[in-house]
Amino acid sequence: MRSVGTLTRADLADTVNQQVGLSRADSAQMVESILGHMTDAMENGENVKISGFGTFLLRDKGERIGRNPKTGVEVPITPRRVLTFRASQMMKDRIIAGN
Amino acid sequence: MIRSELIQKLADENSDMKPEEVEKIVDIFFNQITQRLAEGGRVELRGFGAFSTRERAPRKGRNPRTGESVDVPAKRVPYFKAGKEMHARLNNG
Repeated sequence: MRSVGTLTRADLADTVNQQVGLSRADSAQMVESILGHMTDAMENGENVKISGFGTFLLRDKGERIGRNPKTGVEVPITPRRVLTFRASQMMKDRIIAGN
Repeated sequence: MIRSELIQKLADENSDMKPEEVEKIVDIFFNQITQRLAEGGRVELRGFGAFSTRERAPRKGRNPRTGESVDVPAKRVPYFKAGKEMHARLNNG
């Protein structure tokens, strides 16, 4: 496996700029808007399903008793909403194939 | 929200752009993420979350229909961890 760096917002904006010809500023804005709309939907309790990519699933977890691993003291863990991601079969296949 | 709804929202607020262009940008966005994971890299989107891959060890599986034992090979699987800011927003933080 060759070692590659970490992809960031800036890289995504660069690719949009190069492949679509949108200005760098507008490309960066589009990347931000995509993330913003997905975040807004999830904040409103909606799952986000992107065909060919995967599904962002919200799960509500009830209160449970946890333990401070350092002190061993029991503490309640408050109910919370967590976000999980289920990759599409297409993404899983591409990762196994390595391309 | 599904992919087409995301594209519609983006198209609505970018009326100067062709819908096909908006769709192409959305495709590039998700394709680049998958591509980087397939290449063995990771993707960090501050405030949103990070995508990476994890190794799964080979294991013995079973064909649920026949009960036959089969070897499931080692493989890499995608993994996502929500960012702190995302977690806070989902929990009204």
